Amino acid sequence: MSITANEEFRPKIVAFCCNWCSYAGADLAGSSRLTYPADVKIIRVPCSCRVNPMFILRAFEKGADGVILCGCHPGDCHYSTGNYYARRRMALLFSMLDYIGVEHGRTRVEWVSAAEGVKFSQTMNEFVAKITSLGKNVRLEDLRCRK
Amino acid sequence: MQRIGVFVCHCGSNIAATVDVKKVVEMARLEPGVVHAEDYQYMCSEVGQAKIATAIHEKHLTGIVVCSCSPRMHETTFRKAAEKAGLNPYMVEIANIREHCSWIHKNIEEATKKAVILARAAIAKVNLNTPLKAGESRVTKRALVIGGGIAGIQTALDIAEAGYEVDIVEKTPSIGGRMSQLDKTFPTLDCSACILTPKMVEASAHDKITIYTYSEVEKVSGFVGDFTVDIRKKARSVDMTKCTGCGVCQEKCPSRKAPSEFNRGLSTRSAIYTPFAQAIPNVPVIDREHCIKFKTGKCGLCEKVCQAGAIDYTQKDEIITEKYGAIVVATGFDTIKLDQYDEYAYSQSKDVITSLELERIMNAAGPTKGHLERLSDGKPPKNMVFIQCVGSRCSDNRGKSYCSKICCMYTAKHAMLIRDKYPDVNVTVFYIDVRTPGKNFDEFYRRAVEDYGVNYIKGQVGKVAPQPDGSLLVQGVDLLDNKQILMKADMVVLATAIEPDPSVRSIATMLTASIDTNNFLTEAHAKLRPVESPTAGVFLSGVCQGPKDIPETVAQAGAAAVKAIGLLAKDKLMTNPCTAKADELLCNGCSQCENVCPYGAISYETKLINDHGVREERRIAVVNNALCQGCGACTVTCPSGAMDLQGFSNRQILAEVDAICR
Amino acid sequence: MQEIINRAKELLADGTVVRVLGWRIGDLPYNPEPSYFETAEDLEANFVYNGFCGANLSKYMIEGSKLEGKTLVFLKPCDTYSFNQLIKENRVDRDKAYIIGIGCKGKLDIEKIKAKGIKGILNIRGAEIDGNADTLTIETLYGEKTIPYKDAMLERCHVCKGKDHMIYDELLGESIDTKDADRFAEVERIEAMSPEEKFAFFQSELSKCIRCNACRNVCPACSCRKCVFDSTKFDSAQKANVDSFEEKMFHIIRAFHVAGRCTDCGECSRVCPQGIPLHLFNRKFIKDINEFYGEYQAGADADSKGPLTSFTFGDVEPGVTGGRR
Repeated sequence: MSITANEEFRPKIVAFCCNWCSYAGADLAGSSRLTYPADVKIIRVPCSCRVNPMFILRAFEKGADGVILCGCHPGDCHYSTGNYYARRRMALLFSMLDYIGVEHGRTRVEWVSAAEGVKFSQTMNEFVAKITSLGKNVRLEDLRCRK
Repeated sequence: MQRIGVFVCHCGSNIAATVDVKKVVEMARLEPGVVHAEDYQYMCSEVGQAKIATAIHEKHLTGIVVCSCSPRMHETTFRKAAEKAGLNPYMVEIANIREHCSWIHKNIEEATKKAVILARAAIAKVNLNTPLKAGESRVTKRALVIGGGIAGIQTALDIAEAGYEVDIVEKTPSIGGRMSQLDKTFPTLDCSACILTPKMVEASAHDKITIYTYSEVEKVSGFVGDFTVDIRKKARSVDMTKCTGCGVCQEKCPSRKAPSEFNRGLSTRSAIYTPFAQAIPNVPVIDREHCIKFKTGKCGLCEKVCQAGAIDYTQKDEIITEKYGAIVVATGFDTIKLDQYDEYAYSQSKDVITSLELERIMNAAGPTKGHLERLSDGKPPKNMVFIQCVGSRCSDNRGKSYCSKICCMYTAKHAMLIRDKYPDVNVTVFYIDVRTPGKNFDEFYRRAVEDYGVNYIKGQVGKVAPQPDGSLLVQGVDLLDNKQILMKADMVVLATAIEPDPSVRSIATMLTASIDTNNFLTEAHAKLRPVESPTAGVFLSGVCQGPKDIPETVAQAGAAAVKAIGLLAKDKLMTNPCTAKADELLCNGCSQCENVCPYGAISYETKLINDHGVREERRIAVVNNALCQGCGACTVTCPSGAMDLQGFSNRQILAEVDAICR
Repeated sequence: MQEIINRAKELLADGTVVRVLGWRIGDLPYNPEPSYFETAEDLEANFVYNGFCGANLSKYMIEGSKLEGKTLVFLKPCDTYSFNQLIKENRVDRDKAYIIGIGCKGKLDIEKIKAKGIKGILNIRGAEIDGNADTLTIETLYGEKTIPYKDAMLERCHVCKGKDHMIYDELLGESIDTKDADRFAEVERIEAMSPEEKFAFFQSELSKCIRCNACRNVCPACSCRKCVFDSTKFDSAQKANVDSFEEKMFHIIRAFHVAGRCTDCGECSRVCPQGIPLHLFNRKFIKDINEFYGEYQAGADADSKGPLTSFTFGDVEPGVTGGRR
């Protein structure tokens, strides 16, 4: 059966959120009933610096269309310096993904505080829109993992 | 293989209205490791928790997934429930299907699908969970209070009264802080010194309180219950054990040109000085920058006149290292610099002053001995204009976005005091809004307007122009009458915004306590934990947390003290077991993890390792579980994957990734 | 070369060192291999140092440091960067090494000679360290061929970091400056491509990868006792690639793990049997690090903090790409 033109593309999006700021920001978005698409699935990590580039590549390998990492604003890290390291790591990783031809925008880092429920939902809405416009991630997917 | 039980909460209709909980149960049953799945209306209720306990016993569960609200809400509840039923609490994971699902999605089919995936991810994680055991750490029964203003003094008194040792570290030569600079206090017009100095004396006389003035916190290490702090006692050049506080040295000191910090630079002081008459300790310090002896080697007059022989020019800074269980930050505030507000002519005219400078002018011990007079020519003013919100509630980035909170009230106080003492002086106040919430506050403001005839004008001032005749031309606008106002004034007082004392930045860094964009220390929860920092063992007192007046500061100081006492009263603390751990067989000993650890928790040992029959001495990373807070920075820096984080291991997170992308 | 052998013999004889880490004559004129020498006779008969001694010996000192007594190790200028980096990471013991910094006139790439259609190679003259490194004369089954030395040089020598040794106990032999190209020109060329072109380029290069792990095994920065790709820690233990993602994952992660630590010694590309320009990954990170965080040369010293274990408050935000377009 061929894919019909009107079959809507729904992206798979993994969001890594630090426990102290962004996960709480996501909670606040929830308790404030601020909507964003169900395509976003959040994984709780203690700090943005816990996110290994391997996790991000693995998500793409297994079919994610976009990966977003959210942490405390620089200067506000619960562990004081974690997000600074995360920022450098992700700057390099994203630049490398761009370099090997993965569409710019499939990865994103956003600093979201526990008070920024609105920003969390806005960010997720924007990110889902961006990934939807980029379409299916065919360049990084491990085809074996497709069902 | 784990034996996992999945419990899906309806949360009344909070979850069940948008997520088909029966479907989540049904789908969870299909996941590997799951031997039990059920749903219930309120999992967090006693009945719900009992269901978990029953299932643990009956089905011999080794792992639990609760699909409910945020783990930030009830993770502890369910972990405790599991522990009670004999399961290791860290074998429980939460799938957040409320805040992250039912509350944000409207479509039942979509929300259910997502809830199933979130449950799947949690199940995949629990499959790899291992029992963790919380460690214990001891509590040093001593508190440190940073800052010796009213906030710090009150906190220290309250902690000391509960029977614990407290040290106050104050960077200036005397405790007392900003409150000591104030003349009168609203809304009762008490003399500030009269209510503050007894507290200062009480603190200095208390046998549980040690005060380090002219001292600064230099280094902080350790963690809740067990901080180690280096305090730098700056060289006072006066032996505190010998000085009698007679004051002769200050009288005789020939160097008298140093600006007086206490009088906000409106007067000068001697090089050897106590900041104010009621200073505690009543022991002067030598300001080496202005001292002739230190500048030229000559003079030495103070040494000659000191009968106690207390002057010691050779004194050096001293570092004291102390251990503390709790730290209270009470670093207070300063007024903002006004260089961004040229339109008010603050830098051009001596007769444009800040409110804090007016406090000094009105004070009997101030630069004008309490006489209201122009600083330019010493003449009494006839017309005074007060400008509100200078740098507060600012929408551009010249000033602060927040309301400084105290200005409306102290301006009403100033206006009232001036009208009372000098009835012929006209007082005009330009304001955006007058904000007077607080007990007896609005009554106070209304007295200023109604009984004392203070002229309040709703509107802002665009420009203050110094005139050739020495007066000031104030150009403002009256928003209610919608007209431009041109007004001559002899003095203009700026209600200058307050900001956290600049020292708070380095202190926050040392304490790993977070601060917001305005440099106010962040509280652990804006509403429910307002006097605690997110960093365990660090508490907040006074304006370092946000603008406050004196009664609020004192109330918060007491609250911070209670929190600190609550901590000090414990003998032992449970530590977070989700710490990093190095696999000895994989560790390269490369020290990269050590470089990124914010807690200095990683050290190296040379160990004899048996690596599949190869026995050799290796340099191996060792994590101190009491110091590690579990951020995971080291785990990503480690190229071999030797360093892993318990509770958030590489394989656990990858299992969640896989489950979500499946 | 005799000068080098003589000095090694002296140091062995006077007990300064108990062994020599150098290059042993191979079975072909162009494949010497890293080796230990423990006797004067062995050195005299089998030691070689010529244009084909590209192999970076610093990594061998990880094992060398565990041996009893001091080892004399010969390090070319670029190798000394790797050695410094290994000292920084506590992987080698400085006290166990006696370092002779030897001169370098550019190292040769046999694949470049072969690519010129030269086959049946019997002998190669002009690759000796004593020569001027102008011309290579290659005796083959089909007669004698000559090519300019430069044309047969490894890519890395055209972008040489310089002929100064970063660490040594003594220096021996002369060097010739071989730099005649911009180190980042190729990276910039790729950065300027469209995403489709970039993807096609790396897809075609990386699809050649047979996951032999030669790049990893030769790399002085890839010195883990056990690679994550061989361990169960990330569920990432892999063999040969089954699909197009695995090789990307492997090479991106490999480059990431050595980012800020890679000295750009170029060994990965030299040893790749498939001729994949693997240095393009490492050099991309080096270029980004230089652009984002300021010039940094790994191994220039043995104690500075690496760019990924330090930070500044005003670092660029992720999403800004190197060679900003």
